Formats: sequence, C-alpha cells, structure tokens
Amino acid sequence: MPGSTPVSAPGEELAAQAALPAPVASQRRPRWRRNAGLIGSALVLAAIVIAALGAPWLAPHDPYLQSLDDRLLPPFFVDAERAMPAHPLGTDNLGRDYLSRLLYGARISLLIGFFAMVVSGLIGTVMGVLAGYFGGRTDTVVSFLVTTRLSLPIIMVALAVVSVFGGSLEVVVLVLGFLLWDRFAVVMRSATHQVRGREYILAAQAIGCSVPRILWQEVLPNVLSSLVVIASYEMAQAILLEAALSFLGLGVQPPLPSWGLMVSEAKEVMLFEPWMIMLPGAAICVLVLAINLLGDGIRDLTVPEGRA
Amino acid sequence: MSEAPLLELAGLSVDIPTEAGVLHAVRDVSLTVRRGETLCVVGESGCGKSLTSLAIMGLLPPAAQRRARRLALAGEDLLSASPRRLRALRGDRMAMIFQDPMTSLNPAWSVGDQLEEIFIRHGKGNRRAARERAVALLERVGIANAGGRLAQYPHQLSGGLRQRVMIAMALMCSPGLVLADEPTTALDATIQLGILQLLAELQAEMHMGLMLVTHDLGIVARIADRVAVMYAGEVVEEGPARTVFTAPRHPYTRGLIDCIPQPDRMAPGQRLGTIPGMVPSLVGEVQGCAFRTRCAFARPECAATVAPRHGPDDHMWRCVLPPETLDHAA
Repeated sequence: MPGSTPVSAPGEELAAQAALPAPVASQRRPRWRRNAGLIGSALVLAAIVIAALGAPWLAPHDPYLQSLDDRLLPPFFVDAERAMPAHPLGTDNLGRDYLSRLLYGARISLLIGFFAMVVSGLIGTVMGVLAGYFGGRTDTVVSFLVTTRLSLPIIMVALAVVSVFGGSLEVVVLVLGFLLWDRFAVVMRSATHQVRGREYILAAQAIGCSVPRILWQEVLPNVLSSLVVIASYEMAQAILLEAALSFLGLGVQPPLPSWGLMVSEAKEVMLFEPWMIMLPGAAICVLVLAINLLGDGIRDLTVPEGRA
Repeated sequence: MSEAPLLELAGLSVDIPTEAGVLHAVRDVSLTVRRGETLCVVGESGCGKSLTSLAIMGLLPPAAQRRARRLALAGEDLLSASPRRLRALRGDRMAMIFQDPMTSLNPAWSVGDQLEEIFIRHGKGNRRAARERAVALLERVGIANAGGRLAQYPHQLSGGLRQRVMIAMALMCSPGLVLADEPTTALDATIQLGILQLLAELQAEMHMGLMLVTHDLGIVARIADRVAVMYAGEVVEEGPARTVFTAPRHPYTRGLIDCIPQPDRMAPGQRLGTIPGMVPSLVGEVQGCAFRTRCAFARPECAATVAPRHGPDDHMWRCVLPPETLDHAA
C-alpha cells in the first residue's frame, strides 16, 4: 500500500499558521482612509445633509417670503456692488432669498431621492433575489415584469400619473419608487444567481438552514456590495428625475423650493442672470456626483473579499 | 441485529432528465453505515458518488428525482420525514463536508460566526457555549491560535485551514453520521493525507459513522472499514476493506487497485495500470453490466442483467465471473 507518500509533518503547517500576523483592528482604518473618493464624497454629502436638516436655522430668510423691491439681486460673486449682504446668493424674480431656497431645496431632493430609492430598492431586491434563488417559473415571472417595466417610458408614465393625481411630494416619491426598481431586480437577480451556485449555499442547507434564513444570512450579505452601488445610483437617478419632472412642471409644485423647479423658474431670465440657473444646477450636479462616488467607495469597502 | 445501523440506504436511484433523455445517474445503490464505522465510496468522476451523498442528505438539485426503497438515519425514515424535520436533522445528526473548502465557507461571515451559527441554530446552547465549542474543535482539528482565528474571514485562511474549519463545523453538534464528499480533492497534495488522518482520528474518537467519498483508493486502504466501489451509477462491489483489497471480485475493482502506485513493489519507470476506454453514457436504459465495454473478461452473458452475488463477510459484487478468476490476474 502507498505508505511512503511524502507528507509534510503537521507541525510545519501549524508553524506557518502561527507565523501569520494576527488580524488587528487598525488594519481597517487605512483601507477607508486611502479611498479619497469615499472621504471627499462623504464630506460633501454630509455637508448637504446637514444643510438640509438644519435649513430652518441656517437659512437667513423664509424661503417663501417675497420682496418685490429686492427682485433679481445678484450674488456677491457676480456683482459685489449691487449685492446685498442680507442676500449673499442674491434673490430670485420674486425677491425670495436664493440661499434659503437652495438650503430648503436640498431637503426636497434628498427626501425624494432617499424614499424613492427605498421603495424601488425593496421592490426590486425582493423580486431579484427570489428570481435568482428559485429560478424556473419565479424567474420567468420576474423577467417578464422587468421587461414590461423597461418598455414603459418613465417620463410618460410620470406625466400620466401626475396629471391624474396632481403633483406632490408623495406622488413623485411613489411614481419614482414604482418605476426605478428594474435595475435593482436585474442586478440582484444575476448576483443572487451567482451566489446560489456556490457551495456555501449547499453547506448552509446541509447544516439545516431554512430558505428564508439562507436568503437573509447567506445570500444577502454576499450581494450587498452590488446592492449598495445600485442604491446609490438609483438615488442619484431619482434626484435627477425629480429635478427633470419639476422642471417640466410635473413634479413638486411651486412655491416649494425644489432645485429642479428653481432651474425651471430661472430659465426665463437665463440670458440676463445666468447665475440663477447655475446655482441650483451645480447643486444637483454636486449632490448626484457625491452620491455616486460614495456608492463606489462603499462598494470597495463592502466586497466580502475586502473585509479584514 | 441488536441496534439499527446508523445509515440504511436501499435501492437508491437518482434520475436526471436531460434534453437527450433521462440520465440514470445513480442506479439501485444500497449502502449501510454502522456507528463507529468508516465506509469509503470509491469510483471515478461521474459515477454517482457525490449524487449518492447528496441524495442521502436530501440536497439534490431540484431537477434530479430520487427514489429509494429505504433511507433511514438511526432507524428514522428520511423518505417520509417532513422538510422541517429534515432541516432539524441536517447539521445536528448528520453533517456533510464538501469538496471545495474555497467555496463552501461564506465569504461574508467570519469563521466564528459560521461555526457558532450551526450550534445555536440547533439549540445546543447560547453564544458563549457555541464559542467555547468552536474554540475547542478548532484546536482539536489542529488550528493554532483558535480564539484569534474565529474573528478571521475565510479568504484569510489557506485551503488546508479552511477544510479544517469545515470539519470543525461539521462536528459542532456531534453528529452521528458525517458524509465527506471528496474532502481533499481541492487541496494541495502535501496536506491531503493530514486532513484524512484527522478525519479518521476524529471518527474513532467520537465513534461516528463516516461515509467518505473519494476517488483515491490508496487513501481508502488506510482508513476504511468497508469499501463500496461504484461504477456508472452502480455499486459493483462492496465489502470489508481487507477482503475487497486482497480478493477483489469485480474486474473494475481489480483495475482500480492496479492503478495505485506501490513504490516498494514496482521498478522505477514502470507504468501504472490503466483501465482502457471511457465510462458509458448513462442516458436511456442501461442494460447488463455497464463495465463490459472496458472489461478484459467480458462475455456474452454480461449483456444480460447481472445479479449481485454474495460471499462471506457481507461481501457483495456484481459480476458473472467465477470468484477465483481475478485472484492472480493483473
């Protein structure tokens, strides 16, 4: 019998293990510290969130207060002589303080972006995970629903719904939530499908785990990194769509200070006061960029292989 | 028989519908594992070894159809058990060690979380007890600094360490029966023997029934009490390890034994034995001995159904040859 197979003594292997450095908690710090995009976007996003939450205290004026005497005042960096210290970012064509409206506008954008993302994320993730895990008929039904959804133009549907129910914050959140789940479903489906074939799912069944437990404990943590990226992308997408809908007059209704609405209101004086359109436009751009970068950064941190 | 055997499996068939027809992946397999006994199931790739162990656990892919006359764990019928009861048994009374330790640990959870989960899931105790058990078992399977290892994630461990963790995980609830499906195939050759010796030691120490699926007959000779040789979805020979090795009754078994390198008996440069040909397709009805296309002793009657024959010591084989034919063959 093949007794003479050369085998390293078990002791050698153990010695090699012992030589491995023990994991230390501080290894986690450099990982996120090295990620400049993550830190930068987190800071920007934190600033916007603080501005949104603290708007009632930070805003120098009531964002709805009109003052026809002080219409179209320029911000300090456009025309320092005409600018008034009370309105550092000027006033709009109804004399409302632009800084205050921008601060309150952040609330609308974040609120709609976040809740639309949550609603669509719940719908899409449940559908995608079930389709990817069970396959077969479930998969067919979900794929059919995704295809159906993809054949619906968002703006058209939103237009129809808003014209029936009227534009309001809740309607916009629900419309976007029920329209933006397709990418969640598609990505979660393929990510789950991939994980489902791994042996640890079989191993989990072999230790007696039930299906809900496997989905929650084994599948979800392994698809979380894709979920984070999609969630950030969809939140940014929802914010952009809200701006677009409001710009078209189908989203948030005046006098609510939505950034999209502010762009829309400023377009009439765009040639004379270009800063009026640039400020909310830049705000939308920075917010969307920050959310996307944050999603990428978190993804890098949460890929299971990246944990320490 | 005073006590029911740990695992009774009789007449197991697994059929997989494919586009070309029904694939009879496992055909009429009967196995028995007693407490404190190691049964090795050997055979080449695709002969149904893994499917047999998955069928015992009730973890076949949904497309596969399982039929059996009897499947019982310590006398308890598994064929009629509810899914809930099966989940309670899996991991607690019977555990499985998988082939590839690289993919059978969940990368999202630390080793400790995964070890403790099975213990808590089966109501064996609280987290503190689970942790103590996990540390004790990790030390037992030869992992240094077990307490520190609990916080690590699978990707931080080498293949050999992961398989040791998998073994510890299978043993968390002290199951009576452990199914090991080629536990060393994915590992480096130098640590394969270490893992197998560990399994054999633990089996003796905990008085478990161990069903070891492997394609390495050399390993079988060292640790098996009984051997079942599978070919093309069928058990072609089964019996006590010593009997099967010294007096094989099936030409396939003989061929497998001749493939084992034996450094002290062979001249350097001498070629190992091989079995010519390929495993036949199992799609459609399989008639007669599936090995006859590769067998040096094939006869016309091999095409008819070959009835199992029995010798002393529960030795069973499916071959029409007179028992002595193979004694001096090869």
